Amino acid sequence: MNGTSKLQLILAWGFVGIPLAWGVIQTLASAVKLFQ
Amino acid sequence: MSSFLDRSHTVAAPGFNRWMVPPAALCVHLCIGQVYAFSVFNLPMTKLLGGTAADWKLTELGWIFSIAIFMLGASAAVLGRWVEEGGPRRAMFTAALCFGGGFLIAALGLSLHALWLVYLGYGFIGGIGLGLGYISPVSTLIKWFPDRPGMATGMAIMGFGGAALVASPLSVWLMASFGVTGSFVALGLGYTVFMMVGAAIVRVPPEGWQPEGYVPPAQQKKLITDQHVYVFTAVKTPQFWLIWIVLCMNVTAGIGVLGQASAMSQEMFPGRVTALTAAGFVGLTSLFNMGGRFFWASISDMIGRKNTYFIFFVLGAVLYILVPQTGAVGSLSLFVVCFLVIFSMYGGGFATVPAYLKDMFGTRYVGAIHGMLITAWSAAGILGPVLVNYIREYQISIGVPKAQAYNITMYIMAGLLGVGFVANLLITAVHEKHHMVEDESDAIGVV
Repeated sequence: MNGTSKLQLILAWGFVGIPLAWGVIQTLASAVKLFQ
Repeated sequence: MSSFLDRSHTVAAPGFNRWMVPPAALCVHLCIGQVYAFSVFNLPMTKLLGGTAADWKLTELGWIFSIAIFMLGASAAVLGRWVEEGGPRRAMFTAALCFGGGFLIAALGLSLHALWLVYLGYGFIGGIGLGLGYISPVSTLIKWFPDRPGMATGMAIMGFGGAALVASPLSVWLMASFGVTGSFVALGLGYTVFMMVGAAIVRVPPEGWQPEGYVPPAQQKKLITDQHVYVFTAVKTPQFWLIWIVLCMNVTAGIGVLGQASAMSQEMFPGRVTALTAAGFVGLTSLFNMGGRFFWASISDMIGRKNTYFIFFVLGAVLYILVPQTGAVGSLSLFVVCFLVIFSMYGGGFATVPAYLKDMFGTRYVGAIHGMLITAWSAAGILGPVLVNYIREYQISIGVPKAQAYNITMYIMAGLLGVGFVANLLITAVHEKHHMVEDESDAIGVV
């Protein structure tokens, strides 16, 4: 790999960020019940 | 294959962007942190034979998690030097095989209804994957981010805290679609692939590399060394054992109430907190546990590690003492706020410690030294829950109402944080007689 492109950075962060964001959203949706 | 895994083949080419390394580390930590969500399988595993007398009991299944956590600490301690010297790719690759393979062996155990295979697979082999995976990216991140080591390791260890947020709903969905055994197979294969991606993209910086524009401080701070201490020398220093106590006390206080958060909220606020809302509360604590890892580790880059732990111990003790008062005045919102801050500092303690070790012992063996320190987590994993559960049971047995049964425990947790405060206070710079000399590092064969 000679140099890192922006696309590679986006793909790498998306690969870990999307599942993590999904988990956070699921947890927040469950936590909302605490305040209802 | 062996050459692909070698440290020498993971040295970054010119132009490599260091921001590729945190996602590589997250690929591993987002998988192995699944261990925190393992309890979602417990009840379904007690009904594999239709809920008959031949089915496994919860007490038998509890050992799967315990073996895995024990192996996490043991393998990190024993294999830390192997991880450090072989480089992150070999360690991540091996961790992926162990963790994913452990799931597959456990799946075989489920289909044959052989509990020992589940212990061996997920507990023993998977646990080795946990230990290797946990420490594999630590020193690499610290070397890529000499300007922000706390933030860098905080990002990876945040992934470990956040993994349960993904694994828990994912496992529930997989079990509904493919059954328990099918979910183990799917998770085993999925986690292996995900971790392998991390192993493929991780790189170590070339020798002597510094970030562009970064100038190392001309005069080192008293508690930050630019020298290196060999792993087996480090464990003979009082500083190692003081940091061990610091981590152990911080984790004991948090982990003890972590497993009881749901029951505690329901018993302290009967009628106001149901099982459903308690689950929401536990979810929020997980979010703060995860976020605290990044937040506090990043803050430690600005105010120093020692000051960060001072905040954990002082603020933590105040909050633990405050918790019984929240029950007495019936303030649920204050109770929630107290625990969210407590859990952010619980996570922060894990994430800040690698940078603390780097400050004291240098970067060369920080991964291996961190591996040794993980034994403090194992000890806390036993001490914390035992303290909380037994004190609560004793309180109830002598007639204390359930709503007040946690009061003494909270004061004991505050006391434990007091012990951590003193240990942190006693930490001074490592004596220069422990520093490695160049000949020594050559003889050990470290690059």
